[in-house]
Amino acid sequence: MTATAAVAARPRIGAIASLRRSRRWSLFASYFFLILFAIFFLTPPYYMIVTSLKSDAEVAHLATNPWIIANGVTFEQYRLLFNETDFLIYFKNTVIVTVCVVAITMVVSVLAAFSLSRMRFWGSGLLATGIFLTYLIPDTLLFIPLFQIVRGLGLLNSYWSMVLVYPTLTVPFCTWIMIGYFQSIPKELDEAALIDGAGYMQILTKIFIPVALPGIVAATIFAFTVSWAAFVYPIAFLFSADQQVLTVGTVTSLIKADVYKWGMLMAGALVAAAPPLIIYAFLMDYYIAGLTAGATKG
Amino acid sequence: MVDIARQYPGQLTQPAARAHGSMRQLVRRRSTIAFLMCLPLIVIVASLIIYPAFYSIFLATLNKAQTRFIGLGNFTYLLSRDTFLMVVEQSAIFALSAVFFKALIGLVTAHLVNNLPTKGQRKWRGMLLVPWVIPLALSTLGWWWLFDPTHSAFNWLLKTLGGSEIPWLSDPYWARFSVILVNVWYGAPFFLIMYLAALKSVPEQLYEAAAIDGANAWQKFVHITLPMMRNIIAITVLFSLIVTFANFDIVQIMTAGGPRNMTHVFATYAFLLGIRSGDLPLGAAVSLFMFPILAISAVFILRGVRRRGREIG
Amino acid sequence: MADVALHNVVKRFDQDEAVRGISLNIPDKEFIVLVGPSGCGKTTTLRMIAGLEEATAGEILIGGQVVNDVPPKDRDIAMVFQNYALYPHMTVFENMSFGLKLRRVAKEEIKARVQRAAKILDIADLLDRRPKQLSGGQRQRVAMGRAIVRNPKVFLFDEPLSNLDAKLRVQTRTEIKRVHQQVKTTTIYVTHDQVEAMTLADRVVVMNGGRIEQAGRPQELYHQPRTRFVAGFIGSPAMNFLPCRLERNGAGLMLRLGEGLALPVPQPRAARYQAAAGKELIFGLRPEHLTEPRGEARDPRCEFTVNLDVVEPMGMETMVFFGVNGSEICARVTPDAATAPGQPMRLYANLNHMHLIDPATDLVL
Repeated sequence: MTATAAVAARPRIGAIASLRRSRRWSLFASYFFLILFAIFFLTPPYYMIVTSLKSDAEVAHLATNPWIIANGVTFEQYRLLFNETDFLIYFKNTVIVTVCVVAITMVVSVLAAFSLSRMRFWGSGLLATGIFLTYLIPDTLLFIPLFQIVRGLGLLNSYWSMVLVYPTLTVPFCTWIMIGYFQSIPKELDEAALIDGAGYMQILTKIFIPVALPGIVAATIFAFTVSWAAFVYPIAFLFSADQQVLTVGTVTSLIKADVYKWGMLMAGALVAAAPPLIIYAFLMDYYIAGLTAGATKG
Repeated sequence: MVDIARQYPGQLTQPAARAHGSMRQLVRRRSTIAFLMCLPLIVIVASLIIYPAFYSIFLATLNKAQTRFIGLGNFTYLLSRDTFLMVVEQSAIFALSAVFFKALIGLVTAHLVNNLPTKGQRKWRGMLLVPWVIPLALSTLGWWWLFDPTHSAFNWLLKTLGGSEIPWLSDPYWARFSVILVNVWYGAPFFLIMYLAALKSVPEQLYEAAAIDGANAWQKFVHITLPMMRNIIAITVLFSLIVTFANFDIVQIMTAGGPRNMTHVFATYAFLLGIRSGDLPLGAAVSLFMFPILAISAVFILRGVRRRGREIG
Repeated sequence: MADVALHNVVKRFDQDEAVRGISLNIPDKEFIVLVGPSGCGKTTTLRMIAGLEEATAGEILIGGQVVNDVPPKDRDIAMVFQNYALYPHMTVFENMSFGLKLRRVAKEEIKARVQRAAKILDIADLLDRRPKQLSGGQRQRVAMGRAIVRNPKVFLFDEPLSNLDAKLRVQTRTEIKRVHQQVKTTTIYVTHDQVEAMTLADRVVVMNGGRIEQAGRPQELYHQPRTRFVAGFIGSPAMNFLPCRLERNGAGLMLRLGEGLALPVPQPRAARYQAAAGKELIFGLRPEHLTEPRGEARDPRCEFTVNLDVVEPMGMETMVFFGVNGSEICARVTPDAATAPGQPMRLYANLNHMHLIDPATDLVL
């Protein structure tokens, strides 16, 4: 006890500050490097926006700084895009395809996930694992045989072929997500409902879907973004402009008279990218939940 | 029912009206309903994934006009072509280097974001995920414009800073670099999200115990963070290997496989031979070369997912 | 030398003051327990001593040195966490040797220390297992082993028994006491359970709302609580409290408890309370001092009859509950003497152990 009293008084001003100072340095360094990464990640979208708001003349002019809009903002590119190209047709087609595919996906996934997560039948465990494995088969392996099959069905060059094949991209993973969410609903809820007299359909619609709504939203967003962004199947199966979807249309067919109007192309790319971006901006947490569901829910 | 209960106290109430016919009884059985609910999924997967996968094997054994069976003819033909061997090489380089950098950047940015006060993390995470949200085909278009031979904004910057122009897409080796760059730009945010979630799942008390045991920041990373994240790192890397290996959009849009076929990967080469040139069997053969890698990765992923399930549980 | 001292330590989180200036001197080798309800600041104080939280103001000294800006790894302390915090991917041996490996202790030395600690804690045959394969009690012992192996200046325990079931808690409690006797290191132990505090501590520090209510030996706190909070916190079942008025009765003092119940203050205690005569106070008496009439020297005026509400037989004694003026009072009686709920029973209050509390200051007179 006397030892403590005998301690020489240390100057306290610097004492607490040094731990805090090292923490502040580490925070500063974190922000510094994060800003660098943010610049790396956000440069292309930024440049796309800038280009889409420039006049053709400015785009073509080599000497001016391409990173800023020097000669005034103009919406000419967007006007051209909507009035003088097939862009809106592509947009309409994409919307039709996406809505159909999302609807099909959600119905199939929710039913299957409910069954696989709650009910045991011979081979259900195998099926769940199998679903996950099929997700690992890429579209670039399937598109050749599917070309043959789709041609045989007479659906080549029709956007309904997209509605047929897109579910291969979305259904396995969405089922996987939903299984994870459904499994996290405590079994006592079903048992209480069964005692209350509910049938299986009622349990699904009145209990599971409302309780697992975040998962359903996440899966729906996933299905939407995958359908909207699909590129391999449309470029392989669709040829004419009236059937084409946004991704392929914007990238390959917006060329007027053999000239690459980059301003308009960028405008097209941005408008085409807008729906996923808007959904992301408003529902970011669901978007991320959908992504991480696969790995973290194991 | 209540009346019956009152009439015969102590006896069970009357059972509901008996199911008419054995069909009803079959449907009532739980496992049948369960199976029926799975049926759409099974149909889709079987007819549009499994069947085509096997069909492509059959297809690869036919000749171009699909009139004769030529066995391994397509495969041996491919293996004799320099172009194809280059495709194999480029696919490997592309996949391995891209995945490596994506994982590295993802790990670094995840730590950086995790180091921020919790309130700000969401904003940064939101900003940094943007490349992944934009449909790849469209952002590739943007990159293509950034690399344009005449108008490249990057080259303008280089020239202004006193350097010289870079032939981003016209020189084969620069083209390979550009393609990998775009893939890393697109995929790193996915790793960021995954690793950030994994970092947050490591209990804070482990780091505190290590601090008391005497560990500095690096030692904490090596002895606690890495081992705890080992499984998720393995899963994401393998998963990304599969996806990157099979990548199509970037190469097709920016270089269409050129210059001189040096940026071709399996997917674009299969597209070129199968769809553009109309030789579906040959295209199928090219695609099938991806299969061994996919299978091996899939096995390891599955093991990793199972192990993680046991670790959590 | 490994004494610990806190001088006016304050901890503020944003606007909330979790620890409001506490001072404490803990001599070497003492086993001191910080006890109090959740939110009282005991865990925050412990974490500041460990270096896991920074003190907003005040000084923390270990072994005579101010350690406010010293990181945990240089404070030479060891901590046992409530959730054990064992490294899940390492074996028991690796868990225990991790800290030593980081300090580059020689391999033979590590092995010797781990074996010695494992023997003390009886976990020598678990050294190759992973935490996942151990029971809660075993994991707790491994966590203690990890701390012992370091030969630190101070042991810190953060509610280590909270995650164990009741029976295991009692067993491990005894283990901890036994280990302390063997290893003889200054120990600071945090818990919300006053039974643990009373059984383990050399000294108990009762905390409430970020301040120290009272610090002293267990018996001191039990028989001479200084505040109302300490009186009600220590002891199970808790002390009975009743509002009362202290009245003069001739040369002596009288407690009027309402409902025609008035008890005489025993002579030895009356002197202390003279100054408070006439005031409204709070009367405190522990349940074990409310019994059926027993003892030859008892004062018959301290006997009274009540109707019992609830009777709880505990085996060796029976607890009876009854109401006085709307407050529920508990008495501990021998099982044979207890009547039945709703029935009257004669009780005796042993006022030699009474306490009076001033409601304005919450201090015990």
